[in-house]
Amino acid sequence: MIGSSRADEPGTSEEGSATLSTSPVAAYALALGDDALILGQRLIEWVTHAPELEEEVALANISLDLLGQARTLLTYAGSFDGRDEDALAYRRAPEQFRCVHLVERPNGDFGATVARQLLFSAYQFELYDALTASADPTLAGLAGKAVKEVAYHRDHASLWTLRLGDGTKVSRGRMQDGLAAMWPYADELFAPDPATAGLVGLGAAVDPAALRPAWTRYVESVLAEATLTVPQMTPAPGGGRSGIHTPEFGALLEEMTSLHLEHPGAQW
Amino acid sequence: MSEWPLWEVFVRPRRGLGHAHVGSLHAPDAEMALRNARDLYTRRQEGVSIWVVPAGSITASSPEEKDSFFDPAGDKVYRHPTFYTLPPEVDHL
Repeated sequence: MIGSSRADEPGTSEEGSATLSTSPVAAYALALGDDALILGQRLIEWVTHAPELEEEVALANISLDLLGQARTLLTYAGSFDGRDEDALAYRRAPEQFRCVHLVERPNGDFGATVARQLLFSAYQFELYDALTASADPTLAGLAGKAVKEVAYHRDHASLWTLRLGDGTKVSRGRMQDGLAAMWPYADELFAPDPATAGLVGLGAAVDPAALRPAWTRYVESVLAEATLTVPQMTPAPGGGRSGIHTPEFGALLEEMTSLHLEHPGAQW
Repeated sequence: MSEWPLWEVFVRPRRGLGHAHVGSLHAPDAEMALRNARDLYTRRQEGVSIWVVPAGSITASSPEEKDSFFDPAGDKVYRHPTFYTLPPEVDHL
């Protein structure tokens, strides 16, 4: 049920504000939170469209895990300048989002979605695993809880990669095509983010480049077992952490924010 | 519509209890059936252990055999352990 809208909703004065908090911790939480939020939104698009009812529930569960992570991270990011999670999720312009391009990519077919899940969850697993040792107690706490969820996401994606890759000729082709569609966007996951680089030395954030060797080992071992080829492709330019997004991002954001725009302050 | 085989799901609610049937689902193989069972039947911490069994592997008693299977036990009250006198100090047996 949608609650009544409130004309005097707090926080609306920030609407359209071009300024984001200058705290590096807030920027870091915002970037990680946006990754989780936008991938969660992409995955929920599968609901009512998944190949099987059981798989639909699996994807929706993963989406809800990501939404939970996003809520914690956005609430934390907003706490630095007095904005709540809804203000950050629903009342920012596209260029104020800090998510990487991989999470914005359209779902494509099931093979492409599985490929994106494999690449992203393998990255997010290493990220949260390292972040459990963060000097920032909120980030460390979130990571400790989320790493268990993401271990399952990674397991889910790996099992499907094996089955599609080492399956029929059609499933193998689709899985390989899906990898090709997502692979160029993996590079950005490990690119340095100038806004938060200072946090690495303080032990609060994780250097993304340091996650790459373990990620490569994991992903390549799954692809080898699935009899798939590791794509050799030129990386996409990236820029998500600076607010540059892919053309499909606008439509995603429009759908995600439509209910909130129509019923400001709506609550379940 | 689904071509995936049917699996029966058994969940152990907590240690010390037996696995109980909770429902069924479709999955391409046992490993995926276990994952689907986790997502469908234990999202709210309902269990500590899951079994999945191919539905075709279960041999069930048929409704037509109900009379010969179950009715003969109806008048054999001596099969219930209710005819013993318990010493008074045994309270909770």
